[in-house]
Amino acid sequence: MPTITFVEPDGTRRDVSAHPGESLMAAATRANVAGIIAECGGSAMCATCHCYLVAGDLPEAEALEAETLEFVAQNVQASSRLTCQVTVTDAMAGTVLQVAPR
Amino acid sequence: MSGVVIIGAGHAGSQLAVSLRAEGYAGAVTLIDASDVLPYHKPPLSKTFLKDPAALPQPLRAASAYDAAGVVRRKGSVTAIDTAAQRVTLDGESLPYGDLVLATGARNRMLPDLLGASNVLSLRDLADAERLRDALAMAHSITVIGGGFIGLESAAALAGMGKSVTVLEAAPRMLARVAAPETSARVEDTLAGLGVKLRLGWTTQNYRRDGDRVTAVLGTTDELSCDLILVGIGAVADTALAQAAGIACNMGILTDAHLQTSAPHVWAIGDVAETPHWQAGAALRVESVQNATDQARHLARILSGAALTPFRTVPWFWSDIGPLKLQIAGLAIGADRRVVRDDGARLAVFHLAGDRLMSVETLNNPADHMIARQVLDSGRTPPDAVMVEGAAAMKAWLAQG
Ligand SMILES: Cc1cc2nc3c(=O)[nH]c(=O)nc-3n(C[C@H](O)[C@H](O)[C@H](O)COP(=O)(O)OP(=O)(O)OC[C@H]3O[C@@H](n4cnc5c(N)ncnc54)[C@H](O)[C@@H]3O)c2cc1C
Ligand code: FES
Repeated sequence: MPTITFVEPDGTRRDVSAHPGESLMAAATRANVAGIIAECGGSAMCATCHCYLVAGDLPEAEALEAETLEFVAQNVQASSRLTCQVTVTDAMAGTVLQVAPR
Repeated sequence: MSGVVIIGAGHAGSQLAVSLRAEGYAGAVTLIDASDVLPYHKPPLSKTFLKDPAALPQPLRAASAYDAAGVVRRKGSVTAIDTAAQRVTLDGESLPYGDLVLATGARNRMLPDLLGASNVLSLRDLADAERLRDALAMAHSITVIGGGFIGLESAAALAGMGKSVTVLEAAPRMLARVAAPETSARVEDTLAGLGVKLRLGWTTQNYRRDGDRVTAVLGTTDELSCDLILVGIGAVADTALAQAAGIACNMGILTDAHLQTSAPHVWAIGDVAETPHWQAGAALRVESVQNATDQARHLARILSGAALTPFRTVPWFWSDIGPLKLQIAGLAIGADRRVVRDDGARLAVFHLAGDRLMSVETLNNPADHMIARQVLDSGRTPPDAVMVEGAAAMKAWLAQG
């Protein structure tokens, strides 16, 4: 079970152990990471699971995720990801994500 | 001070419970639900849940989120409200409230002829989805009655599992009440491509029965035999509890624009609430996750002492029908013309009332959907040519102000 670090909006670092096969959003929700609201449950609709990739490698965003991000209102950066669209693998151990402000 | 008592821990009630604390509400928060399952996302039940026998419900938030917010979760059914004494009856026990929030959702409409049949199911909550998933083990041929969102999502999922699926719809097209003809046509083609048989303009004459099972649906010219029937003909708000308490109801529990019912200190949110809608200019019941959670956040601010302001958000909704992602922003009420951009793989349909943009439907087209939400929120309407050109053009047009 890879450990993923989420940096909450107030700067608190939360180490979350994620299950391969679930989404990064699901792991964060289970651990009650502040700022991950995941209102649409992972349908790439709400952007309330938006994080910035701070450290680590993640597979490229697919069209649904990339477009949703591009046209979401605020705070999009090159490192932006919708964590509901990223499936956890063992290789992601050590990944650090910063919860995006809204 | 007996705090806020919330009846119903669905999308609306759960959001309200945690938002109250986030808004600084200091009193007690009690969240009551008939089920003691940790509140979960309903949309996956008709999408991914059926396909995976091991799938678990997806919690809206962790149990620790309620604990951290000091929310007391209680299992039980509320059977009576005394608005004068400010008390509710919970499984025979009497509980006081300072403010009461009705977030009791909706329940599925059923066909009276099919009540009690053992192989006729519908889909609203986790128990329904588990029952359906179990029944699928023994069922190959499935008839879905109703070509709305839940019926079509389920049909696509079931066809993907190798079932023989037929959808019966009385209207001449699928999604007739909720989507444009261009959208319906694309959805119908996609379902047909998945092997789903579609019977439009269908009229049921009778049912064939074997004991407590329904074995066939009889139409005007032919009969369709089936192992299982899934009824998806829409939902109704359950207003009995509110009505018995003397709270004004119509199709739902009536509220003003601030989500307050006719009784002092009683509020209603989510699927059950019939609330004046800024786009429609009339009171409406809206069944969507966004409506439930945004109303919950709005009410949390009011109950935490913010000024009374009307609830006003751009509605949005989605439905995943097999490989199609249908997204709707706004309400097409009163719309009298459409602007369509169809580039094969993607579709965008703009509904206008005269020269005012009311709603945008998209298929596999998140860019247009996301920008449409911002355009609708601005209250402005882009020229037709900009809408036809695409999302980037709309974004640029919006930025020009
Ligand atoms: C299968 C399915 C798929 C859906 N897909 C989508 C989708 O893709 N996108 C979308 O936007 N929306 C979708 N919806 C709609 C969305 O789920 C609802 O709009 C949302 O759940 C409404 O939230 P709510 O809190 O008002 O009601 P609910 O979530 O229905 O919660 C109401 C709760 O109140 C409880 N309750 C009722 N009466 C009592 C009582 N007397 N005492 C105690 N407890 C009580 C019930 O047990 C229930 O848990 C879907 C709905 C279903 C059923
Ligand atoms: S959970 Fe809604 S976009 Fe990721």
